[in-house]
Amino acid sequence: MAKSALLKSSIAKKYWMALTGLFLCLFLAGHLAGNLQLIFGTASQFNQYALFMTSNPAVKLLSYLTYFSILFHAIDGIMLTVQNKKARPVAYAMNNPSNNSTLASRNMAVLGTLILVFIVTHMVNFWAVMHFDKNMPLVSREVSEMGMSQKVAVGVLGSQAPYFPLDAKGKLNAEVIRRNELTQKTVTTVVDKDGYVVFEGQKDLHKITFDFFQDPKTGLIATILYVLAMAVLAFHLLHGFQSAFQSLGVNNKFTPAIKSFGTLFAIIVPLLFAIIPVYIHFVK
Amino acid sequence: MASKKNININLKIWRQKNAKAKGSMETYKLDNVSTDSSFLEMLDQLNEELINKQIEPVAFDHDCREGICGMCSLYINGRAHGPDTGITTCQLHMRMFNDGDTIFVEPWRSKAFPVIKDLVVDRTSFERIQQAGGFVSVNTSGNTIDANATPVPKHDADKAFEAAACIGCGACVATCKNGSAMLFVGAKVSQYALLPQGKVEATQRVLNMVRQMDEEGFGNCTNTGACEIECPKGISLENIARMNREFLKASLK
Repeated sequence: MAKSALLKSSIAKKYWMALTGLFLCLFLAGHLAGNLQLIFGTASQFNQYALFMTSNPAVKLLSYLTYFSILFHAIDGIMLTVQNKKARPVAYAMNNPSNNSTLASRNMAVLGTLILVFIVTHMVNFWAVMHFDKNMPLVSREVSEMGMSQKVAVGVLGSQAPYFPLDAKGKLNAEVIRRNELTQKTVTTVVDKDGYVVFEGQKDLHKITFDFFQDPKTGLIATILYVLAMAVLAFHLLHGFQSAFQSLGVNNKFTPAIKSFGTLFAIIVPLLFAIIPVYIHFVK
Repeated sequence: MASKKNININLKIWRQKNAKAKGSMETYKLDNVSTDSSFLEMLDQLNEELINKQIEPVAFDHDCREGICGMCSLYINGRAHGPDTGITTCQLHMRMFNDGDTIFVEPWRSKAFPVIKDLVVDRTSFERIQQAGGFVSVNTSGNTIDANATPVPKHDADKAFEAAACIGCGACVATCKNGSAMLFVGAKVSQYALLPQGKVEATQRVLNMVRQMDEEGFGNCTNTGACEIECPKGISLENIARMNREFLKASLK
């Protein structure tokens, strides 16, 4: 009885929503700290950070926990919404809910769905490019040799060759074979015809992020959509953060403080996220 | 005393012959309604006119008419117990409305509160939840211990009393966008969980009452807080949080 209740019961579903939701709030804080380096850090700092995030085993564990939380939060949310719709088969002819509840609290499912759409697009735009695009630009720099200036890819620590020449467009010579290293997603390996690794270059996530928001055709619309998605996130958090504590049974003398902190979190975190593409598009 | 004033109103009322019939909103015009009359007296006046016109009167629930029994319901102009807070429908007065107003009157809408006729709904699902655990098993065969003999901290006694003020009217379910009964069940769980007499059966009580609540088809709480605002007895959301804690404790035992 007790064990099945912890999975099936209405209250248990609320615990899971709350726990996964709060974990995702932690994730947001971590993700934001990383993203802020796009404003306050250098390109190489940011790429170094990307390398760390894709290779550290603890981070890997946390990332799987994040994927799980997003999926569970979404699936549990859909199940709850379907059940809640069934609980009122006949709608009121006249209803005035604004008298007793906030807009955000009544629309968590809609807001959540929009956030899920954003997460999928966001992952297609950055995560998938980082992981699967074999033509992703590599971290590079100009070198001058005998008065001739040339762009070269910079090798990561332990790479066989420290530099690898790039063509006029700043890309790797088409004849060399590239493959994505499975364990280190941010590293692109260049292999010669016999299969020997000759160079390990680092993918330039900083560059594709800047290119994405500075694209002359789509950069502006991408920036606007990103900012809108953060507004949706803010409304979701505005209700969600404090609601999670209530679901877990925390309603005591700390509740006013939790509510204030939740409001601040819901405003500041999405705002800082939103400032980054605006800065990249308009300032840089 | 304010000067006596009469108003003319339009009513849009849900009419439904029986539980199986398909209902609809019907419009009635009612003149000369005293602003000093209660909402239920206004409905009495309407029914008087309908009877005189050989029309079936509107069925609605009522009993004590002093805000204590929890019998009167009604979703009035989109709000449970109408446009005022901390009251039941019998305590709502026509002075809250203006001359020429159109007033919507609907039954509680919930899968677990099926309409029996017109504005009358079946709230026995609440009783079945109570029967699942909302009691203290006391031996009444002549050796009952006087309640005062068991000391109860004042703070707990006050909180239990606040929870026990619930009259089981169902406004929380009616107003909740999810049709959730968690304020009702939270209050019932709390009023016992806070007292030493109730702690003995606390584990089984919360598990059984929540299970029954889910079986009845009530929705899941999303903490919108609407119930707390519409509750005629001001039952606090704290009680839902307490039920959540009690349920977690009981589930892990």
